[in-house]
Amino acid sequence: MAAWCPTLAIDRWHLCNPPPDACDPLLVLVGETAHGPRITAASAPARAAGAQVGMLLADARAVAPTLVVHPADPAGDRAFLESLALWVQRWGPWSALDPPDGVIVDVTGVAHLFGGEAALMADARACFAARGLRVRLAIAPTAGAAWALAHHGPQCTALADGSDPLIALRDLPVAALRLDHAVLLLLERLGLKRIGDLAVIGRPALARRFRDRRAPAANPLVRLDQFAGRVPEPILPVVAVPTPLVQRRLVEPVRHRDLLDRVVADLAMALARRLESLGQGARRLELGLWKVDGDVLVRRLELAAATRDPAHITRLFAHKLDDCDAGFGIEMVRLCAPWAEPLTLTQVDLEQAAQAHGTSLAACIDRLTVRLGSGAVAMPVPRASHMPEHAQRWVTPDPGRAMQEELAFHARPLKLLDRAEPIAVIYEAPDGLPRLFRWRGSVHEITRAEGPERIAPEWWREKGRARLRDYYRIEDSSGRRFWIYRRGLPGDGRGGAPEWFLQGLCA
Amino acid sequence: MNRIALAHSAPKRGEGPTPSAAAGAAAQGKPGPWPRVVEGLCPTPQLPPQAPPLYHAVPGRWHPGLGHDVRHTELFASADEASGVALALALAQNMASRHAAAQGDDHRPWLWVQDKTAIRLSGRPYRPGLPEGLRHRLIHVAADKPADALFALEEGLRCRDLAFVIGEMAGNPAALDFTASRRLSLAAQRHDVPLWLVRLSARHDLGSARMRWDVAPAPSAPRRWNPDAPGDPRWQADLFRAHVFQPGQWILGDDSERAELAVFTPDHGGMVSDAGDRSLASVQPAA
Repeated sequence: MAAWCPTLAIDRWHLCNPPPDACDPLLVLVGETAHGPRITAASAPARAAGAQVGMLLADARAVAPTLVVHPADPAGDRAFLESLALWVQRWGPWSALDPPDGVIVDVTGVAHLFGGEAALMADARACFAARGLRVRLAIAPTAGAAWALAHHGPQCTALADGSDPLIALRDLPVAALRLDHAVLLLLERLGLKRIGDLAVIGRPALARRFRDRRAPAANPLVRLDQFAGRVPEPILPVVAVPTPLVQRRLVEPVRHRDLLDRVVADLAMALARRLESLGQGARRLELGLWKVDGDVLVRRLELAAATRDPAHITRLFAHKLDDCDAGFGIEMVRLCAPWAEPLTLTQVDLEQAAQAHGTSLAACIDRLTVRLGSGAVAMPVPRASHMPEHAQRWVTPDPGRAMQEELAFHARPLKLLDRAEPIAVIYEAPDGLPRLFRWRGSVHEITRAEGPERIAPEWWREKGRARLRDYYRIEDSSGRRFWIYRRGLPGDGRGGAPEWFLQGLCA
Repeated sequence: MNRIALAHSAPKRGEGPTPSAAAGAAAQGKPGPWPRVVEGLCPTPQLPPQAPPLYHAVPGRWHPGLGHDVRHTELFASADEASGVALALALAQNMASRHAAAQGDDHRPWLWVQDKTAIRLSGRPYRPGLPEGLRHRLIHVAADKPADALFALEEGLRCRDLAFVIGEMAGNPAALDFTASRRLSLAAQRHDVPLWLVRLSARHDLGSARMRWDVAPAPSAPRRWNPDAPGDPRWQADLFRAHVFQPGQWILGDDSERAELAVFTPDHGGMVSDAGDRSLASVQPAA
């Protein structure tokens, strides 16, 4: 939706200076130029009297001697337009400025919330009228078409979604394409007066004629494509930046200085926390003191560098508050930072803080990782594998990581050796379990055992020659508990005699 | 002085398990004994002999549940078996269960630091074999040198987000002298993070730990349904140096029914030792 306020400057002047009576003066706003004051905006009666925008004031005075002249305020108009662009976000999530006197709102998929596009525009028109602004509205599938309709089409037109703007709006003048004056003059001389004339002339001719024009406003072909939606036209949205603000309503009006200092210190602390959460530091601060009698005292402070040190802020305001007159008392204090700059968190004596309160887990892991290397700090996570040594893998520690528990059918050892160590079987019982074996130079006699738990090789991961394993949990005569396995079966045709390995240490 | 009688809830000899008790054990979903015994097919299960459930806390002597304010404990164990770490984990869990009873469940991670030799000799932690409440919270640090392991231990002790720290160091490295040990003690006390330092195949050198244990494996508890299989682990623990407790020997193990650390053979050393100012009646077993 494009909204165009044709008399924005005049309307704004009227809003700022309410006329003493109902009569509409011949108002013109003038801006200073090298050749003297020139009219930048004229009200409708003034225009009817002969004062046109762009005339020198002296010429206009000659035509209409009763003109009421006031200086124009382009910066104020711009600021007003920016606030207007935020205000129109009530009809759509994104809005963009269309300087000098229009805004564009993205109302895609929004119209049904207001009961259709016509109802949306009626609502918008009523809201603009309530603010005292004259407005022309239009809704179209592309921003260019909406702009063209708002400026050159009938009031409150909605172009249906899916219709081709080039066909529907072929009767609009070429000025509706948002082109420069020089290009408009050129097209005028060429006899191309309507959009339909441009559309039938053929792309190659336009491309050849305007081949060295890069700017969209100087190239009718680009504007035509944007108008028809053939090339994207990104709009730069306006985003509201909230001012960090804290305030305290006081139960009892404050009349004494030390209480006020205390309140200001509290506010500075609260503002520091707010700024810290935004990652910002204040460059300008405003302290507003609302008095009981309705008066407002404002103290402003500008800082050399972005800061959010509460003690610093309190100290600076203490000098500013010396001359303030509390009167019957101050009932509300507000501190805001209209100008804030990014200020990253800085380390404040890390070592001492760590000494006093301990470090956080993230800091601890960071320190360990930096000194010991990235692979040294890890946490085990389960992995879908039958092979015990592959049933867990080590990942970067993340305590919040969600892990799926698996069903534990069999007891597992507390610790697993990195490489299973071969054991020398001295005496083997007939059922296949060794009774006596040697490991790391000492002889162990198995007194109790549980097993076998047979784990077959994973044929989808390993080679075909891999042998199965029979695991036993054993306990020797002195109570040591191990997890041993036999690799292979006698006569399975995958190597020689089965070998025994010790893989894990049980609790 | 606290005088806590540890009630032993294991069934007495000769007393058959009631069917409801067996059903309850099966319904608990614990990893069952192997091979599985279907209830009703085994008419008269043979109960292995149990240690008599007669252990009474003696004032001045350690027993499970005491010493929770000790922040630095050293356990000396052999590198060829896992009893040192296993007892450390059991003590940590014991402390955590007391903590949970007071302040709710603890979901903080814990740290396990190993140096290279310890990893080579006794392996890395294995997640499926860790105690159930701890396995998802483990953060493991593999340090190359003993000095790095000491650094990691100290950093872990200074971290307020860790439940406890377990260190495993092999031998008597030069870096682990009395000064280093004292640093660990101070850090643990200052930040209130308990440390169990397991010394694998190490000499009893100078150290500032508040409790020093010698740990060796003990024959495990008999399995109820499969006497040939290793049961719940037990350890022979010898408290040879402690600040507030008298030295003594115990056989400790997980009491599977109460899921708690329990003493299975009391320390007899104190039976005839000094009566002090306590009355001799308190030593008598309560009926």
